[in-house]
Amino acid sequence: MLTELRIAGFGGQGVILAAHIIGNAITLVEKGYATMTQNYGPEARGGAASAALVLSDEPVLYPYLTRPDILIAMSLEAYTRYGPEVKEGGFLLVEEDLVQLDALPQVPKCKIYGIPATRFAEELGKKMVLNVIMVGFFSAITKAVSPEACRAGVEHEVPKRFLDLNVKAFNKGYEYGLELLTHQGERTHPGEEMIPGLELENHTK
Amino acid sequence: MHAEKESVLTGTHFINGDTACCEGLLAAGAKFAAGYPITPSTEVVERFAQRAPTVGGLFIQMEDELAASITLQGMVWAGQKSFTVTSGPGYSLMMEHIGYAAMTETPCVFVDVQRGGPSTGLPTLPAQGDMMQARFGSHGDYSTISLVPNSPQECFDLSVKALNLAEKFRVPVMFMMDECVGHMTEKVVIPEAEEIEVQPRRRTSKKPDEYLAYEVGEDLVPEMAHAGEGYGLYVTGLTHDKKGYPLMNPKQQRELVTRLFEKISRAADELTIVEADGVEGADVVVVSYGITSRVAMRAVHLAREKGLKVGSLRLICVWPFPEKLIRELAPKVKALIMPELNMGQVVIELERFAAGRTKVISVPHPGGTVHDPLEILEAIERGAQ
Amino acid sequence: MSTLIEPTALTNPVEKVLRNDRIPTIWCPGCGLGTTVNSFAYALMASGADLKKTAIVSGIGCSGRVSGYVALDSFHTTHGRAIPFATGLKLANPELTVVVYSGDGDLTSIGGNHLIHAARRNMDILVVCVNNMIYAMTGGQAAATTPGAATSTTTPYGSFEPELNIPQLVDAAGACYVARWTAFHVKQLEKSMTEALKKKGFRFIEVLSPCPTLYGRRNGYADGLAQMKEYKEMAKVKNGAPTYEVAITHGQPIIVGKFVDRDRPDYLTLMRSQLGAHYHEVAEVGVGCGDESEGKEGCCSC
Repeated sequence: MLTELRIAGFGGQGVILAAHIIGNAITLVEKGYATMTQNYGPEARGGAASAALVLSDEPVLYPYLTRPDILIAMSLEAYTRYGPEVKEGGFLLVEEDLVQLDALPQVPKCKIYGIPATRFAEELGKKMVLNVIMVGFFSAITKAVSPEACRAGVEHEVPKRFLDLNVKAFNKGYEYGLELLTHQGERTHPGEEMIPGLELENHTK
Repeated sequence: MHAEKESVLTGTHFINGDTACCEGLLAAGAKFAAGYPITPSTEVVERFAQRAPTVGGLFIQMEDELAASITLQGMVWAGQKSFTVTSGPGYSLMMEHIGYAAMTETPCVFVDVQRGGPSTGLPTLPAQGDMMQARFGSHGDYSTISLVPNSPQECFDLSVKALNLAEKFRVPVMFMMDECVGHMTEKVVIPEAEEIEVQPRRRTSKKPDEYLAYEVGEDLVPEMAHAGEGYGLYVTGLTHDKKGYPLMNPKQQRELVTRLFEKISRAADELTIVEADGVEGADVVVVSYGITSRVAMRAVHLAREKGLKVGSLRLICVWPFPEKLIRELAPKVKALIMPELNMGQVVIELERFAAGRTKVISVPHPGGTVHDPLEILEAIERGAQ
Repeated sequence: MSTLIEPTALTNPVEKVLRNDRIPTIWCPGCGLGTTVNSFAYALMASGADLKKTAIVSGIGCSGRVSGYVALDSFHTTHGRAIPFATGLKLANPELTVVVYSGDGDLTSIGGNHLIHAARRNMDILVVCVNNMIYAMTGGQAAATTPGAATSTTTPYGSFEPELNIPQLVDAAGACYVARWTAFHVKQLEKSMTEALKKKGFRFIEVLSPCPTLYGRRNGYADGLAQMKEYKEMAKVKNGAPTYEVAITHGQPIIVGKFVDRDRPDYLTLMRSQLGAHYHEVAEVGVGCGDESEGKEGCCSC
């Protein structure tokens, strides 16, 4: 099984750290293979940030993404830029307060889930942990990586003094994801007949 | 001899190739380095600047690559193991000192994280356009060794090997990474210090009055003494005699340059470092190196799914070129395919040693990304006809 | 009545500092380089430096051959790069006394950048720059130091580029010792070299030296002696002279002396003090995220 994952957002959101947590979880805990690449061009300074991960149960040969199975979009720009690439039937996980789905002329035909991660992070006391909340959410919704492995990944990547906070953040995202699945089931976006952005908003309220 | 415990970051890590390369050089005993920032190689020295002082070493950021590439040689002659790291434009500036290291037989490693060129080119994107420069870049004739890793794990394993070979043969070893491998993050397992073999400096056991700096034995590699040890060294880039004294005549030139070549060519078997997969009985063999070998392997898998008998031969040590291996392989196959992220460099050598006994198909690529595996597949299919 | 001395009893007082098997030198009759080496040899002995722990590094050119005539660890490097090589030696073995001995073209033109930065870093090396105002080894081309309207093979109608004031350059860059002498001032030079050998930090001595073959004969000096006479007549000793006033201008007095002598911490001292406990202690090093193009905050989640 080969899964292509892109995590994108803006500078300061911890996109690369999120990718590292998942990479660690896959390679060090689940004994799978993960290859992470990122953009290094001048466009990666300050503004947009993106990391790509190829996850597999055998050694990864081709290092780049062809079409992501999963996109974690933490900013509107990330969504508009990378949204159209997502495979049909894949997963699109968004920071729902920052991403308006109708910003793309055609909403991607994939399973879309939203979470107010920034707000949750602020409630936990540090806006910076939104990335780890997104990782928890990703683990719950996609099941691509187990929560135990992700928690170990968090432990590996985060300085000790921030560990408790980050584990809380992970759990928050994970539980919210499970809850969403229980209440809503799988949300398949069929096209014009619903406007997921609005519905997501309804749900979170 | 094995690695020093304090220099080795034993464990399983999720790190990029640049970081792994730094850890490898540290594990192999390099505690001193000089460099100058250039994308996409800078992470190696950033990491080294953090790590070196903790093991009693240091990193100095010099004013340019000309300086960095000779400062490291001062460090070597003062008794330390040393290296520098650069990319394309900086590598061009270092060429004169690669020649100086070859001439003075200064063991060291030049890491080149290749990016798209010529000139400033593509600073943040991969290429393999410096391969001929690694072989022939400095003026005059010399022979050296180039290793090419294809993953962060190999950035560790082979950088240890690179420094070991440099010390063993007293040559500058080229460690030819590329942007993709350097910036790619994967699992890297760093073993215990006791499990890492380290080639110690080949120091003379002779007393100063018996010692000749460039006297050689069976393997044509001289034993070394350092500044400050009372040997009254004389090291020069001029053609020199056994004492190291300038002696500029055709006879001495022949003796010295021939030896500089022979100390490498005599070790051809040891320096034939390849990874073969399904080469026996194959109709077509894809010969590749570095990041391209991974993409090539994907193409090989696709071709095998189509029922083709395809092998893969990955060159881990590109220079010296595995002449004998290719001479023997060529008559046994319908075609040799060589994809590389340049317009056809190492394929020139492949053609030379295939010597018309098989079809050689070059799959060039100007760089900026890696090949589409389908391009390589198409070449395999052509070769199989 | 003259006393006959047995030839075997004659020994050169600086013999133990020289590689006698390399002599005679390649230098022309009337060249000032040998004279400067003589002063250097006396200075080495007078300074009490451990000759086994002293290394000499040269670049390329006539002056670049000095390293090969002195019985120290000798490194004849590439053109312009003696200073960075010396930097590597010093950093990797701080016990060494490291001297760079090279020419004006090598040190101030092709190697000018390294000169500036070694002075800025206050690298603990002594640099002796023999200034013959010409590229001599290659046959007499104009240098950055060629003064006035001097004729050279590449300025056949006379030079018109302003010449470099080297002491001012290294002073501005932060050298802690700057002096200038000529090949005529052998005792002063020896004293200055002795003093500089004992001092810590980046030390720089410029020595004007005649090149009768390639500079002198094209510019009105009959031989090396004529240039020496000019040094004798035109030199004015002005210790402590502001370095912006010591440029060499054709027909004007040549200001010599010790211009700068100050103390400031050298590179390794600064490094050790800045690194403090990080130095030479095995600290915990994280292997976390590599590059963080998006900024630190994303890295530590704090």
